[in-house]
Amino acid sequence: MTDPVYVTDALIAQDIDAYLDTHQHKTMLRFITCGSVDDGKSTLIGRLLYDSKMIFEDQLAALENDSKKVGTQGQAIDFALLVDGLAAEREQGITIDVAYRFFNTEKRKFIVADCPGHEQYTRNMVTGASTADLAVILIDARKGVLVQTRRHSYLCHLLGIRNIVLAVNKMDLVDYSQARFDEIVAEYRAFASSIGIEAFTALPISGFAGDNVTAPSANTPWYTGPSLIAHLETVPVRGADDLARPFRMPVQWVNRPNLDFRGFSGLISSGSVKPGDSVRVLPSGKTSTVTRIVTLEGDLDQAQAGQAVTLTLADEIDCSRGDVIALADNPPEAADQFEATLVWMADEALTPGRAYWLKLGTQTVSATVRAPEYVVNVNTMERLAAKTLELNAIGVAEVVTDKALVFEPYAQSRTLGGFILIDKITNATVGAGMLNFSLRRAQNVHWQALDVTRKAHAALKMQEPAVLWFTGLSGSGKSTIANLVEKKLHALGKHTFLLDGDNVRHGLNKDLGFTDADRIENIRRVGEVAKLMTDAGLIVLTAFISPFRAERELVRSLLPVGEFVEVFIDTPLEEAEKRDVKGLYKKARSGQLKNFTGIDSPYERPENPEIRVDTTRESPEDAAERIVERVIGAWMPVI
Amino acid sequence: MTSPSLTHLQRLEAEAIHIMREVVAEAQAPVMLYSVGKDSAVMLHLARKAFYPAPPPFPLLHVDTTWKFQDMYALRDRMARESGMDLLVYQNPEAQARGINPFDHGALHTDMWKTEGLKQALDLYGFDAAFGGARRDEEKSRAKERIFSFRTASHGWDPKNQRPELWNLYNARKNKGESIRVFPISNWTELDIWQYIHLNDVPIVPLYFAAVRPTYEWDGQLFMADDIPRLEKVLGYRPEIVERSIRFRTLGCFPLTGAVESSAATLPEVIQETLLTTTSERQGRVIDKDAGGAGMEVKKQQGYF
Ligand SMILES: Nc1nc2c(ncn2[C@@H]2O[C@H](COP(=O)(O)OP(=O)(O)OP(=O)(O)O)[C@@H](O)[C@H]2O)c(=O)[nH]1
Ligand SMILES: [Mg+2]
Repeated sequence: MTDPVYVTDALIAQDIDAYLDTHQHKTMLRFITCGSVDDGKSTLIGRLLYDSKMIFEDQLAALENDSKKVGTQGQAIDFALLVDGLAAEREQGITIDVAYRFFNTEKRKFIVADCPGHEQYTRNMVTGASTADLAVILIDARKGVLVQTRRHSYLCHLLGIRNIVLAVNKMDLVDYSQARFDEIVAEYRAFASSIGIEAFTALPISGFAGDNVTAPSANTPWYTGPSLIAHLETVPVRGADDLARPFRMPVQWVNRPNLDFRGFSGLISSGSVKPGDSVRVLPSGKTSTVTRIVTLEGDLDQAQAGQAVTLTLADEIDCSRGDVIALADNPPEAADQFEATLVWMADEALTPGRAYWLKLGTQTVSATVRAPEYVVNVNTMERLAAKTLELNAIGVAEVVTDKALVFEPYAQSRTLGGFILIDKITNATVGAGMLNFSLRRAQNVHWQALDVTRKAHAALKMQEPAVLWFTGLSGSGKSTIANLVEKKLHALGKHTFLLDGDNVRHGLNKDLGFTDADRIENIRRVGEVAKLMTDAGLIVLTAFISPFRAERELVRSLLPVGEFVEVFIDTPLEEAEKRDVKGLYKKARSGQLKNFTGIDSPYERPENPEIRVDTTRESPEDAAERIVERVIGAWMPVI
Repeated sequence: MTSPSLTHLQRLEAEAIHIMREVVAEAQAPVMLYSVGKDSAVMLHLARKAFYPAPPPFPLLHVDTTWKFQDMYALRDRMARESGMDLLVYQNPEAQARGINPFDHGALHTDMWKTEGLKQALDLYGFDAAFGGARRDEEKSRAKERIFSFRTASHGWDPKNQRPELWNLYNARKNKGESIRVFPISNWTELDIWQYIHLNDVPIVPLYFAAVRPTYEWDGQLFMADDIPRLEKVLGYRPEIVERSIRFRTLGCFPLTGAVESSAATLPEVIQETLLTTTSERQGRVIDKDAGGAGMEVKKQQGYF
C-alpha cells in the first residue's frame, strides 16, 4: 500500500514555474460516484483523495481519530468519513447530500461529486449528476445490480452523461473472483442496453483496500485494463461537441454603464463568435452584426462555448435578458408546447394544470404540466399510467408555457433544453426537466385573426370589459353579493354575465370532482370562459370558492393588466359554518363530504385583493354598492 | 485559436462570472462580502471582469472586527477606490461597547463580531443576496454546500434540506425576509486561487509574502504583533517581541491568525511553499476547532458565512 502522508509533485520543489505552467494547461473532468446504498461510493472517493496524496497531515490525524470513534470499519480507517462531512451523515454512516471534492494528477484536475445512494435523496444525486462529464456507478460485488443502481444509471443516461464507468466494488469480499465480476458485468450490460447505454467501462475494484484505484492490483491478475485513475485521466472531456455546434448565447444581463455603451453579457452555450459575424436575436428574429467582444483585458478576436463574454452589436435592436443571440443562418426555434422528461423532486406531488415558474437558460416563464403520459418504473423500465408525479418519479409529460421559449432539444443542448420548475408560492425547486421536442400543435395552430376585435365589441356596449372574481369560503356570501352587484350594474345599463360555481358544475364542468387536480381544472376552465366573455366586451362576475392562490393568479395572467379584479369575501370559518346555508359544513364535519374547503382542504387567502369585504362588518347591500362604485369609477367614464 | 477544451481555470472563471451576473439579474439587493483576504481579492477581480466596462453594480461589505491587520485596512480602502464600488464597513455596536476581543472572549469574539455583525449588517441594509468567497475545498461541511445557499429569515442554514441545484440554473426566488448566500468560487481550490492571482496580477495584501516582522508566541503559535500598544492593553503585559521572517497562508484577525516562518517573497515562491506544506490552510485559524468535528456546520446553521 502507498505511504499515507501528503505528498507533492517533485516538480514543485525543482522548478515551480514549470510546474505552474503545466498546471495552468490542465483540463478539468467533472465526475460523480453513484449507485446503491452502501456500495462504497464515499469510501472510494476517500480512497482516491488519500491515494492521490491529497490529505493533509492534520486532516489525516482527524480522520484516524474519527474512524475509531464513528467509523464503520473497526480500528481501520473509514475513508467515507473524509467525504461525509455533515454531522447527521457521520452519525448514521450514510451520505445525505452531495460532497464536492477536488484533486489533480499530472494530467488533469478533477472535481468529483459524491452522491447519496438512498432513494430519499435522489434530488441531491440529480444535482450532482447534472454537471458531470462522467459517472462512476458502483456495485457491491456481493449484491449485484439493485434498484438504485438502475435508477441512478437511468438518471445518468437521461441527463446525458455519455461516459459511464461500472466499478464492481468490494472485490476483497468475494476473493477477487473473476467469475463473479463477469457475472455482474453481464447482468449490468443487459440492463444498460435496455435503457440505451451503448458503452461502459467495467473495473473490478476495492475502495477499502485500494485495488485498481490508482494502480493495477496484484489481486486481480486476470484484469488487464487501466486503473480507475488512468481511465479518468484519458476519457475525452466535454467541450468539443459544444464547440462544433452553431453559435448561441443566452443573454443574462444588458450592460449599460452610459449612453455610449450597450453590451449583452452571457455565457456562450455553443459554437464560437467573432466581430463581423451576423447574428439573430431570438425570439424577435431581428438580425445584426457583432462589433466587439469586450473584456476587462481588452477586446477579443473571438470567443467560444464555455466563455462568459460581453458582445456589442452594430444595430440598436431590442435585446434583453432571456433573449438568445444566435448564428443568423441557423437559429434555434421558439415554441410554447413541448414534450419533456421530468424528474419530480418535491414531497408535494406535481399538480397537473397548476402554473409553476419554468426557468430555462436565462428565460423564466409561467408553465403548466399536463397529466403525465407515463411514469417509468425504474426497476423494470415499464411505462406505467399515472395521474401525477410523486417525489423522485421520472415521467414524460406535456409542458405548456405562457410565452414562447427559445429552445433546443436537451440531447443537443443542456443549456437550451434543460429546465427547472419552481413552486410559485414556496419558491422551492420542485422539478427538473429535459425538453425532448416541441409539439406540432404548438408550431401550427395559429390564432384566428378576428376582424371584429375585442375593442370593437366593448365599444359597441360602451363599457370596458372586466372580470370581478369573487373568492371566499363556502357560505361566505359570494353568490349573494355577486348577484346584487350584477343587478345594480344591469340597472345602470351595463352588459354583464354572472358565472356561478354551482351552475357551472351542472354543465360545463360536470365531469369534475373535488380533488385538488379537479378544483384546478374547474378554475382554469372558468378562467378561460371568463376571458372569452371579456373578449366579447362583457363585464363578467364569477362566484367560485377558488381556494388556491396559484389558480387565481393564473386567471389574472390570462387577462390584460387591470381587467382582473379580485374580490375577497372575507368571512371567518366559524361564521360561515354558523350560517351553513346549504348544510354542507355539517356534512363535512360528519365525514359525509370529503375535500371540503376550510375543513379538510385548504383555503389560501388572497394576499393583495383589489377589494376585500368583511361580511361581519359590512352588509351585502353596502358591499355591493362599494364594488359597483369601484367598477364604474375605475373603468367606465360616465357617458 | 479555438481549442476544443478550455483550461480548468478558464472554466472556473466563466462559471464564477456567470453566477455573479445571474445574481445581479435576479436579486433585488445584492452585496459582496469583502474580507480583504486572497479569496476576496479574486472575487473582486471576477466581479470587475463580469460587469466591465460598468463597475460591479453592488457594494462591498466589510464586516469588521476592528482586529484586522493594518495592511488589510489599507488594501481594502485602495481596492474600493480603484473598483469604483461603494464600501460599507460594519462593526457590531454591541461588541464594540462590550470591548469584545480575541484574548478575553475566545469563541464569543468570532460570534459577536462576525456572525452577529454579519446578520445585523444584512438586516440593516436589507440585502437579499450576499456573495461570499468560500470554497468547497476548505472544510468538510463547505464541501456539501450549494452555490446558491438559501437562508431563512433568521439567517439559518438547513444542511439536510438544501434546494436541488441543476446544471447552471440557479433558483434565486425567495420569500420576503429570506436571503441567499452565493459562492461563485465554490469549485476553486487553494492552488487555483494562487494561480489565478499570479496569472492576472490580482493585488493582494503584502502579508501573504514573507518579510521580517515583529512576532510573539501565544498558546503555542506564532503571531504578528501588528499593533503593540493595543496588544499590551488587552493582554495586560507586553509580550516578548521577536523579529522574524514570516508570512500568512490565510488572513483574519491578527491575534487569531497564526503566521508561518518563511522566506517566500514572490508569488511563485509562495505558491511553491504552499504546495509543499503538508497541513491544511485553515489549520492556522481557531474557528474550526470549536464544537468537535462539526464546528463549521454548527457555525453556519447559526448564520456564520
Ligand atoms: N470490505 C470492503 N468494504 C467496503 C468497501 N467499500 C466500502 N466498504 C464499506 O461499506 C460501507 C459503506 O460504505 P460507504 O462508502 O459509506 O457507502 P456509500 O455508497 O457511500 O453509502 P451511501 O452514500 O450512504 O449510499 C462502509 O462500512 C465501508 O467501509 C470495499 O471495497 N471493501
Ligand atoms: Mg456515501
